[in-house]
Amino acid sequence: MTAADTKAAGPPVPVPRDPKADGSPLSDEGGNGPLKQKRKRKKGELLPYLLILPAIVAIAAVYLYPLAKTVIMSFQDMGRRELWTGDPAPWVGFDQFTNILGDSEFWWVTFRTVVFMAVCVSLTMGIGLLISLLMRRLSNWVRLVLTFCLIAAWAMPLMVAASIFRFMADSDYGLINTLIAKVVGEDWLGHNWYLDPIQGFAIITLLVVWGAIPFVVITLYAALTQVPQELEEAASLDGATSFGIFRYVTWPVIKPVFSMVSTLSVIWDFNVFGQIWLLRGSKPEPEYETLGLYSYSKAFESTSFSQGTAIALITVILLSAVAVYYLRQLMKTGEVE
Amino acid sequence: MSTTTDTPQVLRPDRKKSRAGLNILGLAIALVMVFPVYWLVISALRPSREIRSYDQTLWPSSITFDNFVRAVDQPNFGTAVQSSLIVSLTAVVGGMIIATLAALAIGRFRFFGRKPLVLILILVQMLPPTAMLIPIYAQLNAMGGIDEYWSLIVVYLVSTLPFATIMIRGFVVNIPVELEESAMVDGCTRFGAFRRVILPLLAPGLAAASIFALVNAWNEYLFAYILINDNSKYTLNVWLMTFTSERGTDYGALMAASTMIALPVVIFFMFVQKKMAAGLTSGAVKG
Repeated sequence: MTAADTKAAGPPVPVPRDPKADGSPLSDEGGNGPLKQKRKRKKGELLPYLLILPAIVAIAAVYLYPLAKTVIMSFQDMGRRELWTGDPAPWVGFDQFTNILGDSEFWWVTFRTVVFMAVCVSLTMGIGLLISLLMRRLSNWVRLVLTFCLIAAWAMPLMVAASIFRFMADSDYGLINTLIAKVVGEDWLGHNWYLDPIQGFAIITLLVVWGAIPFVVITLYAALTQVPQELEEAASLDGATSFGIFRYVTWPVIKPVFSMVSTLSVIWDFNVFGQIWLLRGSKPEPEYETLGLYSYSKAFESTSFSQGTAIALITVILLSAVAVYYLRQLMKTGEVE
Repeated sequence: MSTTTDTPQVLRPDRKKSRAGLNILGLAIALVMVFPVYWLVISALRPSREIRSYDQTLWPSSITFDNFVRAVDQPNFGTAVQSSLIVSLTAVVGGMIIATLAALAIGRFRFFGRKPLVLILILVQMLPPTAMLIPIYAQLNAMGGIDEYWSLIVVYLVSTLPFATIMIRGFVVNIPVELEESAMVDGCTRFGAFRRVILPLLAPGLAAASIFALVNAWNEYLFAYILINDNSKYTLNVWLMTFTSERGTDYGALMAASTMIALPVVIFFMFVQKKMAAGLTSGAVKG
């Protein structure tokens, strides 16, 4: 704020009204109003840079520098010794990458990550869309109750949500086993869900999808309120089936939001870490490793930090395609302006 | 969520009946979604012998606060509350100051490099946490930041910056420039105009953003787990893990402790959920 202070102390009242001279305030969000601010380099233009400087420094220090370090470390061989002595780690070129890409376990982990992500995203988006469509046709009080329950679920901290699901799926005292045993038979008591990774991932998927649905439903429902009611009624009078109305009237309106939320879900579910880590008591077995956990365990369990960063870097590259797609959608909607 | 938009008024006679069916379906979904939360609270309140039972019942036979007592008596509860409060509050206050300045710059000025900056703000949030974790750990280790609050504070502060900046920017652009200008015509300095005109109008946005940031910092556990190894400096989330030992998990106390951790979040969440949903889609990405 010092910058603004010292600057403002200079000119006596009234302060310069010429928007060109003084950091040219924007007139509206898109900046597509009267574009009176012809850029003129004057000292007033320094102000925005001074305002944003702390943020840039902070983000450079905690995001961009580590990212650069990730790249650098991936071409070195940094182990426990280098970490503690501070000795420079030896350069090894592409060795880390050839090791990783030549390891069949890496490909299994990648495959698992992609399948898990695909299952989670389709379930989340499918169920989310159905619930949000249903929400439009509910009585007001039912919608309020449902919204309240969704928010309560959404608000659960990840740690807490994971603890609840760990308890519910516990082999001895879990509710799930009790309920299944009531229906199927006594042998389900004491059933361990995590012996078989498929069953284990079913529980993890349940946790992930349950946690993600509230955001999806609330966002999609907000988009659905933008669908003109008259259009749907007109289509209905013209004899369109309810699927036809959805396909040709509703869907085009909510499509941008839907694809935006799907893209976010892809990124989030690709990076799922905490849910698996916590359900497996912070020591996931190799069968439960996704790319994030694989990188983590290479770095912190096998203390080969360079292997860890190399895997993380591969993940970043894989995800960057999705990120670019997301950015293009954002640009289209004009959010970046 | 708003209830302003009502369902279609043109009801065909058979719609009435289907409305009842849909309502029941809606309530069933609500029940499923809220059930884990119910299970959390009810398990925290039921006697231990019912929790350590092969026959879980949906209703407790009696209500007790024993689990809460055990949770509070767990070693380091007090210091964990203290750590969580220190770290998240400091991070949020610092984060909000920096984010507000940046949001003013992005929302009010048109300058070279503005658009790339916004793109960077959005992009950095998509980086997988593990990609950041290893180099940050190595760096802080070299700087002596392990087991220190400041290292966590820095990480939390910066991780709240991108979405807080974008969220506050959304409020900044909705404040008409004319207000600021007229204050300056009336003799305010630029800073005076900010303090007397912009800041009060920005207050709801700041409140929403800081609650959002607070919730995120309060819930974070991965960096806390890696950067803090000293039991007496554990944050609440890492402290939760101490309920699991080789002998098994004390689920009753774990559920009671979880309830205590979740309660403030739920209350805060009720205030900001609407803005949160909007903020998340408009580029303030946080998983």
